[in-house]
Amino acid sequence: MENKLIILLVIVLGAIAVAQLVRIYEISAKLRKNEEHEISNRDNNLNARMMFGFMIAFFAFFIYLMVAYGWTGRGSAASDEGVEMDWLLNLNFVIIIAVFFLTNFLLFFFTWRYVRKPGVPAFYYPHNNKLEMLWTVVPAVVLAVIIILGLQTWNRLSGPSKPEAEKIELFSKQFDWTARYAGADNTLGLYDYKLTLDNNELALLTTNTIDSSLNNMLNGATGIRNLQKLLNNRDTVFSDSTLNVLRTDLSRKERLYRFMTQMKENHNPKLDASAWDDIIQKDTLYLCKGQEYEIALRAKDVIHSAYFPHFRAQMNAVPGMATRLKFTPNKTTAEMRREKNDEKFNYILMCNKICGGAHYKMKMVVVVLDKSAYKKWMDGKKKATFKDQYFPVAAAPADTTAVDTTAVVTMN
Amino acid sequence: MASHDAHAHGHHEDHHHHEEHFISKYIFSQDHKMIGKQFLMTAVFMGLVAMMLSILFRIQLAWPGESSDFLSFFLGEKWAPNGVLKEDMYLGLVTIHGTIMVFFLLTGGLSGTFSNILIPLQLGARDMASGFLNMLSYWMFALSSIIMLISLFVESGPAMAGWTVYPPLSALPQAVSGSGLGMTLWLVSMTIFIASSLIGSLNYIVTIINLRTQGMTMTRMPLTIWAFFVTAILGVLSFPVLLSAALLLTMDRLMGTSFYLSDIIVGGEMLTNHGGSPILYQHLFWFLGHPEVYIVLLPALGLSSEIIATNSRKPIFGYKAMIASILAIGFLSFIVWGHHMFVTGMNPFLGSVFVFTTLLIAIPSAVKVFNYLTTLWKGSLVLTPAMLFAIGLVSTFITGGVTGIILADSALDIMLHDTYFVVAHFHIVMGMSAVFGMFAGVYHWFPKMFGRMLNTRLGYAHFWVTLIGAYGVFFPMHFVGLAGAPRRYYDYSAYSEFDNNSFELMVDLNQIITTFAILAAIGQVIFLFNFFYSIFRGPKAPQNPWNATTLEWTTPVEAIHGNWPGDLPVVHRWPYDYSKPGASQDYITQITPLEEGEEEH
Repeated sequence: MENKLIILLVIVLGAIAVAQLVRIYEISAKLRKNEEHEISNRDNNLNARMMFGFMIAFFAFFIYLMVAYGWTGRGSAASDEGVEMDWLLNLNFVIIIAVFFLTNFLLFFFTWRYVRKPGVPAFYYPHNNKLEMLWTVVPAVVLAVIIILGLQTWNRLSGPSKPEAEKIELFSKQFDWTARYAGADNTLGLYDYKLTLDNNELALLTTNTIDSSLNNMLNGATGIRNLQKLLNNRDTVFSDSTLNVLRTDLSRKERLYRFMTQMKENHNPKLDASAWDDIIQKDTLYLCKGQEYEIALRAKDVIHSAYFPHFRAQMNAVPGMATRLKFTPNKTTAEMRREKNDEKFNYILMCNKICGGAHYKMKMVVVVLDKSAYKKWMDGKKKATFKDQYFPVAAAPADTTAVDTTAVVTMN
Repeated sequence: MASHDAHAHGHHEDHHHHEEHFISKYIFSQDHKMIGKQFLMTAVFMGLVAMMLSILFRIQLAWPGESSDFLSFFLGEKWAPNGVLKEDMYLGLVTIHGTIMVFFLLTGGLSGTFSNILIPLQLGARDMASGFLNMLSYWMFALSSIIMLISLFVESGPAMAGWTVYPPLSALPQAVSGSGLGMTLWLVSMTIFIASSLIGSLNYIVTIINLRTQGMTMTRMPLTIWAFFVTAILGVLSFPVLLSAALLLTMDRLMGTSFYLSDIIVGGEMLTNHGGSPILYQHLFWFLGHPEVYIVLLPALGLSSEIIATNSRKPIFGYKAMIASILAIGFLSFIVWGHHMFVTGMNPFLGSVFVFTTLLIAIPSAVKVFNYLTTLWKGSLVLTPAMLFAIGLVSTFITGGVTGIILADSALDIMLHDTYFVVAHFHIVMGMSAVFGMFAGVYHWFPKMFGRMLNTRLGYAHFWVTLIGAYGVFFPMHFVGLAGAPRRYYDYSAYSEFDNNSFELMVDLNQIITTFAILAAIGQVIFLFNFFYSIFRGPKAPQNPWNATTLEWTTPVEAIHGNWPGDLPVVHRWPYDYSKPGASQDYITQITPLEEGEEEH
């Protein structure tokens, strides 16, 4: 309601302003005898002073924002890598803020200082090679420092993780994340997107999943056999467009079936074990303080981006392409809550690549535990592996192992 | 037909006026000055549309989920039921805002307008090398603008994948509704736009190389022309690559190819595409996309070089260094595109190379800034509205440029990529700078375009509202981004669930930003009024209102076909002889021969 009024008010005021402008313009055009192209000294000086005033206001606004919202705005980093990046960011900020103040000051100061004064001619000064060399070389030297420091950090951040790093896969689709821990062997099982089924959402590759996918493709409700039956049924008549859709669908499925048959022939059953012991985790990602993580990223439909603002980590998840990132959390959720003085604070994994309408809701809570709590949580998950989920009869009810976020955090 | 009346009034003694049909004079004109004005009018209109779109989504960002009559008025029940913007349409607005601003306002409007008007006039040519191609270029631009606008009204909505339209999102209508007909229209529109841009650019290049008047050597050309020249070369080399990217995307969408698609399940449907790479699209797109930044920026820098020198009453400092930096920026712009892709999974070593090349661009940019500063130093500044906008451009070029150093540093880009920090950076360095350059150009060359003067006071009012409004919009965005806010988010309510401090920061700043955005948008009314009123009723312009040296001010006030009534002017000196010691006045036009014993600069 309030806003409607504001909008209405703005529109009305705008209209009045335009009407007034027209009148002022007409009157001033009559009153003023000087030509539009001759800027009076009064206008000139007024604008020069306003430029200088603007500079002061602008700088004050900047300083106010820095004081009110923090030097880097989002609190301290929560990973070893983040600490290093923040150091580099601060150093860069010192340099660029100095340049920002210096050059903007000179610009507005000169505008104010050298505004036209009657009888003072401009100084004819077309070039000076020494000066030009100076401001080619000095930025080059500063940039060399920035480049060297930046690339050193970049090489460390993008380099391989240590062998003992724990492997996790983050699987993204419109509009949620699923984590897959590598299990006891710390090896992520293989996958192939063609194996996606309701009971195998992450399309993990095992002898059983290949078989059931093949079977589903052939005999499922919308499988090849049913489609063929439908198309060969002489009693039903389809419109051309429906027929076209069905035929395309059938040929697509036949092609997929061929690929999957090949997959079955080439499959090495020894690899099944690495998939069976994987642990699939939705809703909340649990991590351990001080543990390095090697995170593999996967996208099901469109490009997503795994973005951990507090760990200062980000990498796109690209359909058909393997990407990775690594980081080492260095503060538990509880520690960060104390630091931020916010009992409800949580780390977060967000999607940071436009991926459709609900892009802004695509997130996963991240909880960092200390070693003992993490081990306890992980032990609870031992009986909730992919194998246990895939063959539910043999598994214990999975829900008993679920841990409440707040409960775990308060344990330490 | 008000223009016709005004025309008739103003032309009593015009001997060169020969009867021209309305259609050949105003619509299918082959005269470069009229085509430039057509570009300007179309671009101003497109810019207004894009600005309105941004106000619509800014309202959503500042007051998420609140009902707004303003939104329901413009978007109706379909896209803003009960006055609340739909998620999909939010993305559509963002996408079309970006597309129009980058391509239709800042490429078509800036390069299209001023290259057309100034290249023949400042070089001493009768017209462009090919008037017909020039006309074709404009009409393709107009057609592509119309198609882009139509795409806003189709049932499934406009393109919604962001202005970069990354596949697979842009290739799969199942993924977002705008990737249906809206995206097809986007591709059609952009294809025509690219053709228009290519024809135009080739024309500019040929004109600059071949049609310079006697004495107008390359090193006597005003910096505007150098900027247009390099801009046109960048366009010719990079736009075809965007066309190829768009073409492959069209084939993926319509013909079942797999250039960008691989292993996808969308909307429950398992696609058979395999082996394509979305990263390929990004490489192709940014191979245009980065030079595009300079296609937008260089003309603005060229215009402001001219305006700052004229109104400082001083030669531009380091003319040759300015040319060298334009060339260096142009060259480097082709080998930096990967800095948009540090976190896409591109090889990290390749990333390092792009860090290096990108940061190199800061050197010629710094040279330009310091040369502007030295030009102002000890000048005798005349603060016309054009001059204020040009100085504003230098400020935004600095403010937006320095944050580029952070984003070019791959190690820092990891945490800032796709956040509002990026939005702040490119809106200031590219958006504000180019728009300021465009306004500066309009205020400065309005007398040449229309033979009349703009109102100076309204120009001042417009400048101050725009400067304060635009900085008020984009400066706080740095802090939103540093707090971690991703761009292209419909709202930030998610933050309230896990980090209330950040959430409050974002709400606060988003409201400040939207308020300034509305202020700045309303401020443009001043400009529009001044612009259209002055076209018809502004005071008549003198021949050389700013006491400038360049050739365009030696043409008659009433524009004529062929630009100069008699022979073409002969050039004897460089364009920056302002306040030359020993001269009788503080400027010497380029057509004035050197005096006995006088040295060229």
